[in-house]
Amino acid sequence: MRMLRLALAAAALAFAAPVHAAGPSVAIPSQTWSFGGLFGTFDRASAQRGFLVYKQVCASCHAMKQLAYRNLEGIGLSEDEIRAIAADVMIKDGPNDDGEMFERPGRPSDRFRSPFPNVQAARAANNGAYPVDLSLITKARENGANYLYALLTGYRENPPAGVEPMEGMHYNEYFPGHWIAMAQPLWPDMVDYPDGTRATIEQMARDVTTFMAWAAEPELEQRRAMGVRVILFLIVLAGLTYGVKRKIWADLKH
Amino acid sequence: MVGLHKSDFKNPVVRWIDQRLPIPSMLTKEYAEFPTPKNFNYFWNFGALAMVCLVVMIVTGIFLAMHYTPHVDYAFDSVERIMRDVNYGWLLRYIHMNGASMFFIVVYIHIFRGLYYGSYKAPRELLWILGVVILLLMMATAFMGYVLPWGQMSFWGATVITNLFSAIPIVGPDIVTWLWGGFSVDNPTLNRFFSLHYLLPFVIVGVVFLHVVALHITGSNNPLGIEPKGPQDTIPFHPYYTIKDSFGLVIFLIVFAFFVFFAPNFMGHPDNYIPANPLVTPAHIVPEWYFLPFYAILRAVPDKLGGVVLMFASIFVLFVLPWLDTSPVRSMKFRPLARPFFWVFVAACLLLGYCGAMPAEGIWVVLSRVGTAYYFLYFLVILPVLGKLERPLPLPASISQRVLGGGPVPAAAASKPMEKA
Repeated sequence: MRMLRLALAAAALAFAAPVHAAGPSVAIPSQTWSFGGLFGTFDRASAQRGFLVYKQVCASCHAMKQLAYRNLEGIGLSEDEIRAIAADVMIKDGPNDDGEMFERPGRPSDRFRSPFPNVQAARAANNGAYPVDLSLITKARENGANYLYALLTGYRENPPAGVEPMEGMHYNEYFPGHWIAMAQPLWPDMVDYPDGTRATIEQMARDVTTFMAWAAEPELEQRRAMGVRVILFLIVLAGLTYGVKRKIWADLKH
Repeated sequence: MVGLHKSDFKNPVVRWIDQRLPIPSMLTKEYAEFPTPKNFNYFWNFGALAMVCLVVMIVTGIFLAMHYTPHVDYAFDSVERIMRDVNYGWLLRYIHMNGASMFFIVVYIHIFRGLYYGSYKAPRELLWILGVVILLLMMATAFMGYVLPWGQMSFWGATVITNLFSAIPIVGPDIVTWLWGGFSVDNPTLNRFFSLHYLLPFVIVGVVFLHVVALHITGSNNPLGIEPKGPQDTIPFHPYYTIKDSFGLVIFLIVFAFFVFFAPNFMGHPDNYIPANPLVTPAHIVPEWYFLPFYAILRAVPDKLGGVVLMFASIFVLFVLPWLDTSPVRSMKFRPLARPFFWVFVAACLLLGYCGAMPAEGIWVVLSRVGTAYYFLYFLVILPVLGKLERPLPLPASISQRVLGGGPVPAAAASKPMEKA
């Protein structure tokens, strides 16, 4: 994909690529992703583990308000599992007939519950920093999946020699400017994976990135599958059209 | 003349209609029998492709508008609803989003064709001018469309571009307030941009109609740049060019489909998936790729007003191009001296596009200035002067002569069936 992007940039749009090159440049290492390339699909098991990581770690600060619990079918959860997951959270609803707001257990049709009622509350609880909504995070960052993985695994206890520590900030190799308000979120074995996978930092980062990539582009698999059919159809049609064109033009006596 | 139109149609229903409203006759004359030079290369597909793009954009746009909410609080989320909850909404939106880029690629190649083969020269000046009007309308439409998803680049792009008008002396700031409908880019701005984004494509349809009418008065130019001398030089539009355009269209659709299905965000900017935030400025505000050359011209000038004037001048110079180019020869094929200057001009446009994407500092400013200088030099000095100095190559006597290789042309070339690019 990288080569393809380069080739495309060189050919049709010699000037499109550098648009994204701007910004403090730290090289982001490339990972191999199940959903990478032109035909990749989401690793369901990894995405489900990633959802656990989101639910148990990220969700205490970060919302994913574009997603509904029912969407989790997309990573292979059953209707009953989804019902149970939704019922685990209390959703504010209302007003009821008395004009009161009330809380009720979540339903599959509810959007993911946000940890804070509004931006101000989120800032107040996080030292003034706003934990961004993660629904689209891999699409909203250049080289999104690799960046997210690098960020989650890029925390260093001490900044490199000669760099002054910053009060209340954390050093991250891959965050633009290096000082990030979010403390290191992932620690070894902090999530209990039911499938027995060892929850190393790298494993959790990989899983949660897979989950977020799915969350940002839930249509990806359907899109690519349709694309293969559409383009194969068009190639055949191009061949036929060219044949007809040759035949029609052949009768032109020069 | 009053009375029924004389119709040649055999079918009684078609004939009945044709006598009263001779659209079938008109279509037959303008699209079936229409005499067209026989030597088009594939560059002549791009007008038809642009028409297809316009229709695709209008159709997908109408369906998107059924689900979109033009309000600062809901616009971003409504686009995400389209992507996630509307049946095939992602397909509609990705077609529309990439369709804009495709439309510009096609139109830029169409303009390139016009420049290389001198399609703007007499008698096609008005045809060309209408084309430039379409380009301007497209730019306005695309700009306002990019604002609608209300992401970070939407908001800040809108802020930067509308602020350009504040460079106008005395009334500038008032004009900007008037454009915004307030004192910053806000809900009234989004509302009017949505309204205009829906309106302007239909204005484009109107101007395209005039563009085509003008084309059918003068007839098409061709790669040789000489007028057809008689029926031996032309072929009916149908079936020869309908099928040739169809083939080109399918190839174009393959490219289009590749982007829609496999790289839908390649030509977009990741920041536009961040909801608009008036309090946070992106590190680099860049417009969509198709505006980059003009953005580079804008930033090449240290003075704001000067930059704005030059940027608009870079389009407006195209309006007077038919009178700036003094050479009577249309096709660059026969202009050995002009051809290298033309290719440098193409390189300057690409260079400007590249500079537009880079931060306005250091070498990029210098290169932007070089590109800008050459852009205007080409139109204002090189083309007018070359026409006087240049000795063009001898023109063929007619399209047929050239195509058939009549006269002193080697037999091998003469046996070539058609000129194909």
